[in-house]
Amino acid sequence: MDLNLSDEQRLLRESAERFITESYDADHRRRMANDPLGFSPAVWKQFAELGWLALPIPEAYDGLGGGAVDVGILMEAFGRGLVSEPYVATVVLGAGLVEKRGGEQQKQGILPRIADGTLKLALAHSERGARFDLSNVATVANKTVQGWRLSGTKIAVLDGHAADQIIVSAHIHDHQGPSGRIGLFLVPAQTPSLVISDFARLGGGRACNIEISDVHLPEDSRLGGSDDALPAIEWAVDRAMAALGAEAVGIMQTLLDMTLEYTKIRKQFGRPLSANQVIKHRLADMAIQCDESRSMALRAALRADAEPVERARAASGAKAKIGKCARFVGEQSIQLHGGMGVTEELEVGAYFKRLIAFDTLFGGSAHHYRRHAELGRTTVPA
Amino acid sequence: MDLSFNAEERAFQAEVNDFIARNLTDEMKRATALTPSVFSDPDIGMAWQRALHRRGWGAPGWPVEHGGPDWTPAQRWIFETECARAGVPNVNVMGVKMVGPVIIGFGSPEQKNFYLPRILSGEDYWCQGYSEPGSGSDLSSLKTRAVRDGDDYIINGTKIWTTHAHHANRMFALVRTSDGPRQQDGISFILIDMKTPGITTRPILTIGGDHEVNQVFFDDVRVPAANRVGDEGKGWTYGKYLLEFERGSGIASAKLREGLRAIAELAESDLTGRAIDDADISTRISEVEVDIDALEMTELRVLSALQTGQNPGAVSSILKLRNSEIRQAVTRLGADVIGHDALAVEPMRPLYKLNHEPAIPEDMLTVMPEYLNGRAYTIFGGTSEIQRDIIAKMMLGI
Repeated sequence: MDLNLSDEQRLLRESAERFITESYDADHRRRMANDPLGFSPAVWKQFAELGWLALPIPEAYDGLGGGAVDVGILMEAFGRGLVSEPYVATVVLGAGLVEKRGGEQQKQGILPRIADGTLKLALAHSERGARFDLSNVATVANKTVQGWRLSGTKIAVLDGHAADQIIVSAHIHDHQGPSGRIGLFLVPAQTPSLVISDFARLGGGRACNIEISDVHLPEDSRLGGSDDALPAIEWAVDRAMAALGAEAVGIMQTLLDMTLEYTKIRKQFGRPLSANQVIKHRLADMAIQCDESRSMALRAALRADAEPVERARAASGAKAKIGKCARFVGEQSIQLHGGMGVTEELEVGAYFKRLIAFDTLFGGSAHHYRRHAELGRTTVPA
Repeated sequence: MDLSFNAEERAFQAEVNDFIARNLTDEMKRATALTPSVFSDPDIGMAWQRALHRRGWGAPGWPVEHGGPDWTPAQRWIFETECARAGVPNVNVMGVKMVGPVIIGFGSPEQKNFYLPRILSGEDYWCQGYSEPGSGSDLSSLKTRAVRDGDDYIINGTKIWTTHAHHANRMFALVRTSDGPRQQDGISFILIDMKTPGITTRPILTIGGDHEVNQVFFDDVRVPAANRVGDEGKGWTYGKYLLEFERGSGIASAKLREGLRAIAELAESDLTGRAIDDADISTRISEVEVDIDALEMTELRVLSALQTGQNPGAVSSILKLRNSEIRQAVTRLGADVIGHDALAVEPMRPLYKLNHEPAIPEDMLTVMPEYLNGRAYTIFGGTSEIQRDIIAKMMLGI
């Protein structure tokens, strides 16, 4: 039992923090907020050179074979810089699903190109009617003579506008009709009759909605075999939630640091705000919730490869708890900055908005406490 | 980085479980489950302490030369966790975990030789004389005075919230030996034999129905000056050192988890009409469980840091604060889960020696008293407000 960072992990943390401090400043973030792409291809190239895109990819596919804890270390630093590059979409969700589901040829064709930065992926899974239920997929994949015909509408596809290929989930309809199984399909972003409408995402980066109308795909576009892809989707989303939780920790810590600094400098009634006990206690609560969140993100990462129920409960527990803490820390950061906190002149608002986006993505706290409870019930005999 | 135990740690875990299986009697287990107050009564608690001592495990945190087992932080974690799972008695911590470390750190060789073996064996039973009616959170304003008279001090004053003073044969106390420029100056740390003439004890009943705390009065109580620990006037330093131990040896999550498990079992039973089928109850159980998960991870992070010789610092205040708040959440949930049965009051103590049939099932007997007594967790050992002051000062520098 040992929760200390290894030497490699310490180096990773140092290099990620150094990169953020030196290269990812407020000017960069402001430029990216108004950029049609929402991120910098030059920075993406640097991520590749630093080995970060290869981090969780198996060594057999030119990756570094890192785990969820390593990704968490990187993501916490990304949170501090409010990084808007499509890391979760491409490396965590995209590469994760290809590794988990893909056939050997698919893995060989895709994973090394993610690692070297020449290929980006996105996952199109959420639908309006499903809310946060991962098993609810109305998009249909009909079996055709040559392959598949997909139709449906996907929403909130993270960084879909920048992807070279989009992994689309669909309910498989084979020759016998609806199969009750979900399939995953690799769809080239340039496919005609794929209508991608992208928009700026709350807190930085971009997302899109995708209209899929009778898209014809070859047989080998299916990621993996004919079995149900839902367990792999749940696995990948749990992993993404752990990674995003670590990112949220970096954001919360940054907000706490900013707010602490501000309350020391800002004087009212002839003394710094931080001299008031009500302010001290608020900041103490923010510090406690940052620390609890750090514990939960690490816990979810350490269980990312555990058996499904344990993994899912750890991921949902972390998502719910960090989401709750994130809203508190974010809202209090604005409150303690007073009027300035609600302006675009400070960066507090941008960090706050990313936290709100985190809490909403893949379902908020209430949803994940409920999922945690339901999964717990099945393991305890009534 | 990983959470799994290595072969040695697994072997130790088996050793602990074997010890528990051999020494934890059904009577001890039932008495512990039916004790709603913080500590087990001395007959139960000291029986367990004697068993631990026979095995050489009487004082896990002590150095080897004074009888400590020389465990790694991971071993301490395993020991505490397995003990919590098994439901072993809650031994009064005043001896082993509080006055013991102070005597080891600051006591004379004579004091070490005399007191430490008697703490280990359970021969001495200690209580703590810190708070006074006029000195709660502002502890260093204390007024109980010790005036030097030859080789003795003569003590006058009163102490309050003295847990198990009615069972204890010894007290460690903070007393004022002089008035310094700061109120923290002039406080001394002294060991008092509770049988000394002039000491009287008044019981204080708390809202859960238990007699656990007392007020102790000192009227011209003559105590040898040799019973002072360390330097005269330096007691505040020793007393604060001790409070860091009171605020947490850093392993509280395992007991919280067992408390929640008991409540969840009640919620799943027909006794409560399956309270768990209420979506609000079921979600709240998850919320509390997740809070325990977070506390457990923080405890493990602190343990790992200790393993490499780092100092946890103000994180002991975070652990104390969260442990107390989560305990209250568990007991509040318990009171909601048992529904109408929360209305039944059982005034007799101890609950494991009732000579009548209680009004509600035995498994529920402690639920409401634990909720009521639980209100004290955010007050004793430094209130939550004081802990937040410490976190702000030590962690945030404000």
